[in-house]
Amino acid sequence: MVNYIWAVMAIGGIIYAMINGTMDEVNKAIFQSADDAVVLAISLISVMVFWLGITKIAEAAGLLNGLVKLAKPFIARLFPDIPKDHPAMGYILSNLTANFFGLGNAATPMGIKAMEEMKKLSNSPKASRSMITFLAVNTSSLTLIPTTVLAVRMKYESQSPTEIVSATLLASIISFIGAILIDRIFYEIRRRKERHI
Amino acid sequence: MSLLTTASIWIIPCLILVVLAIATAKRLPTYELFVDGGKEGISLAISILPFLLGMLVSISILRASGALDALIGLITPVLSFIGMPADIVPLALVRPISGTAALGMTTELIATHGPDSFIGRLASVLQGSTDTTFYVLTVYFGAVGIRKMGDALKVGLLADVIGIMASIIVVTIIFGA
Repeated sequence: MVNYIWAVMAIGGIIYAMINGTMDEVNKAIFQSADDAVVLAISLISVMVFWLGITKIAEAAGLLNGLVKLAKPFIARLFPDIPKDHPAMGYILSNLTANFFGLGNAATPMGIKAMEEMKKLSNSPKASRSMITFLAVNTSSLTLIPTTVLAVRMKYESQSPTEIVSATLLASIISFIGAILIDRIFYEIRRRKERHI
Repeated sequence: MSLLTTASIWIIPCLILVVLAIATAKRLPTYELFVDGGKEGISLAISILPFLLGMLVSISILRASGALDALIGLITPVLSFIGMPADIVPLALVRPISGTAALGMTTELIATHGPDSFIGRLASVLQGSTDTTFYVLTVYFGAVGIRKMGDALKVGLLADVIGIMASIIVVTIIFGA
């Protein structure tokens, strides 16, 4: 599916540019965005090195395990495929916690570590059940402090930049629950299909 | 400065303080652990590059050609017909695909309508309560070499739809239209 989406975006764009006469813009955009991607990946290095370093210390100090113990009943039910004391749990939780407090750049390295651990469990090039669940809850992003939005609101002199915090939290709780439900429905559909084969 | 804005500034330094203090109290080799953990970060960031570059180029072709705007122009009347505020439709459509484009649109909406207007608040909540699903999937699956994403994209995009609807409803109820 990703292959199709990726190709269709490019093919569709190029054909549209032929008709619309925007080939010049497209030509520039291709190499501009390739440059942007390199800059983005390079800037990710600093974030990754820093947060993976801190995470390693937190892990050795037993802080990740502490986090897992705290949320165990909830998280074990959400990811039934992951053994209870597996390191994946710690990374999943620190990813969700980082997102919750608006530490977007800390969330990415921890999320990738979580994916690595889940891949060790499934040992397959296909997305596992827990990976899909993890990405569903991750992209629905339960948020208490929407850092970027607060900065923009302050810049444009909002009377109360933080007034949207409760609304954001509520909306993200709804989409978080929705994501879990949708994930479960798709899992059931997959399971039934497999049974028929 | 309200409590939450202060918290968003204090939280990272305090987190580092807590981690280092506890690790030091447990007599762990903190600096060595940091360096050891951080090492992975370099190769990880580089290994994501091709995935990121491929996705960003394809999206930028769609945007630069004007096809994305045309598509949004086609969908906007349909969505505003079923009750979605027309100003917010482009942001809602772009949010899962491109993080930079979405942030640009949010900033523009807040600048034009004012941060304390209905549209300004809605854009804020929408931006804060959803994520760039395409980016997250590209980076996370790319980093660990997953080729078959299964239902992940469908699930992620459907969750975005719920997030967008929830934002509209919640903002309407809390602040009024």
